[in-house]
Amino acid sequence: VTTPLLDRKLVFVTGKGGVGKTTVAAALALLASQQGRRTLVGEVDAKGNLADFYEVPPTSFQAREVAPNLFAMSMHTEESLKEYLRLQLKVPFVARMGPLARTFDFVAQAAPGVKEVLIIGKFLWEVRERHYDLVVVDGAATGHAVALLAAPQGIRDLVKVGLVREQTGWMLDILGDPAQTGAVIVASPEEMPVNETIELAGRITAETNVNLACVIVNRVLPELFGRGEEEVFDRICQPANAERLAAAAGGPTTAVLDGAHLAVTLRRTRAGHLARLRGGLVEGTELLYVPELFTRHHGVRATQLVADALSQELGY
Amino acid sequence: MARRSAPVTIEQLLAAKEIVIHCGSGGVGKTTTAAAAAAEAAIHLGGKVLVLTVDPAKRLANALGLEAFGNVETQVPEAAFKAAGVAPRGQLWAAMLDTKQSWDDLIRRHAPDPATRDAILRNPLYQSLMGRFVQSHDYIAMERLYDIHSSGRYDLIVVDTPPTRNAIDFLEAPAHMADFFSSRFLRWLTVPARSRVLNFASKPFYTVADRILGSQFLEDIAEFFLLFQSMHDGFVDRARAVTHVLSDRRTTFVVVSTLESAPVREAEFFIRELDRRDLHLGAVVLNKVLPEFLRDRPSTAVANRLCHDGPKLAAALKGVGDAKQVARVLKEVGESFINFQVVAEREAEARAELAASPEVIATVPYFDADIFDLAGLIRLGDRLWR
Repeated sequence: VTTPLLDRKLVFVTGKGGVGKTTVAAALALLASQQGRRTLVGEVDAKGNLADFYEVPPTSFQAREVAPNLFAMSMHTEESLKEYLRLQLKVPFVARMGPLARTFDFVAQAAPGVKEVLIIGKFLWEVRERHYDLVVVDGAATGHAVALLAAPQGIRDLVKVGLVREQTGWMLDILGDPAQTGAVIVASPEEMPVNETIELAGRITAETNVNLACVIVNRVLPELFGRGEEEVFDRICQPANAERLAAAAGGPTTAVLDGAHLAVTLRRTRAGHLARLRGGLVEGTELLYVPELFTRHHGVRATQLVADALSQELGY
Repeated sequence: MARRSAPVTIEQLLAAKEIVIHCGSGGVGKTTTAAAAAAEAAIHLGGKVLVLTVDPAKRLANALGLEAFGNVETQVPEAAFKAAGVAPRGQLWAAMLDTKQSWDDLIRRHAPDPATRDAILRNPLYQSLMGRFVQSHDYIAMERLYDIHSSGRYDLIVVDTPPTRNAIDFLEAPAHMADFFSSRFLRWLTVPARSRVLNFASKPFYTVADRILGSQFLEDIAEFFLLFQSMHDGFVDRARAVTHVLSDRRTTFVVVSTLESAPVREAEFFIRELDRRDLHLGAVVLNKVLPEFLRDRPSTAVANRLCHDGPKLAAALKGVGDAKQVARVLKEVGESFINFQVVAEREAEARAELAASPEVIATVPYFDADIFDLAGLIRLGDRLWR
């Protein structure tokens, strides 16, 4: 029996750039908070635009309540390191450790996995300390996401002794428990995002111990015509009929009919990619669908629309 | 200020430059746009044109004949052009960037002796660093570009950039790599391996670092960097040369974007950064743009009537089908138009914001099917070219 997505403690959202990864992360967190869960949403990319999705001032390392039950933050590795040294390793004099932090930043660049462990470790720590019911991570794009999720194991393999190694144990316990942690890949029904999603799903399973909770397909176009209706549409488009329609409607019909053609072909192309996605994922992988939003809205109202769609898909 | 020139066509731009770097956020069609531009250049301008791509979709790779060759530069066969119904004046070559392979080649070139070379290539830190260190992709892409350009084998090289979150990262990669190897911290880090006697300045660092990371790990790192230090001068000189090529007058940048809000913001950011760095912005390409007819005002009124007067209009269409079904279809058609109009209006606003930059703006429409062969690529390229 799999744990429902929002009943987990850590939901790590990833996906190719441009598919709506942050939108989905923001909406999942909003939905959870509206269901009464004390929720933290954190973006890995400090230069990200998570705040725009709630229409609040830019996020920082210190989590801030942006809506009832909903707290938002953005990652900052140096801040994370300082907090880690202060709270977990009990290294004193943090205030005077500017140069040390810089040095560590360098080690983090040089030694693979150190920077990643500081990032994922911060979120895992929030889970362990039970500060929130749910932590949603707006994770990095595809390649870096695997590096983040695999970091604790990678560090464990590279570092044989020391405090950092000791810390990886509890991290792996949380990451590897499907009742607590789930990865979510956001995709859009287009060629490259589908390719990357299939590849990423395989890599998450092969290279990390994290459970792939589901794939969320964003921007799914609605089916325009039902059974037999496309034939009717084709007949309407015949020049003589189109002219009759134009006369009855009192205006030009070319653009409107061309627009419907475009909608049908776009939908058909995307349906092909969707089918490829379904075929390329391990059987049993759950797929959720978020429709294309034809809306003027940006910001929190658009986020709410996606949250509503997800709520339905999750069966609430 | 970026060096701006009088507006030209993409054709004139490609004719005047030797390196054209496509950049923009992920998912906007950088790779396809770069490939299409290169194909057009080979067709119309002649000479040897190379498209250096990072992560092509399988079908695009197939279209370019890259499937079997990967990292090796390969000529797109004449037969492929013939099948597409064109006779190119020049040659189109294509190569894919294999990060690991390119790094290994680089090590082989810079290692002072075979023993060091083998020690580095075998070092687990090296393997994991090149595989996971995100910036290593950025650096190697620019490095490979430099290498190919300085070989003089091509008249024009069209590149697409790695899919980084911040499209600007790859611009900084060469300088970053040079800093990395010149760093004071690197010298610090390699101290324990060279001498067991720590100096006063570095002792507190090692005390804490040792507690946190363990001394074995620190020694592993130190050994790795000692090996790398032997290539220091070669690497730093090279990184400088790579940086230099980016700002050369023969190099230009093409910013690719869709008209969705996030990519547009990133495109604006990128244009500002090019400006700040005095790099040449050649063109802005707007990809997957919805057709203009969706914004036609008189059609909006018609669409509204289709939504609300379905039964009445269906009566005027006797013989087309069951009246109820016809009314339903008309309603769907009307609603769909209104929906797509919302998106088209949003795109028009985004376009107006981007239009503030005076460079060539080329618009590529939403194609109804994916590009899977050279003919499709050329069809897209033709839209760019005009």
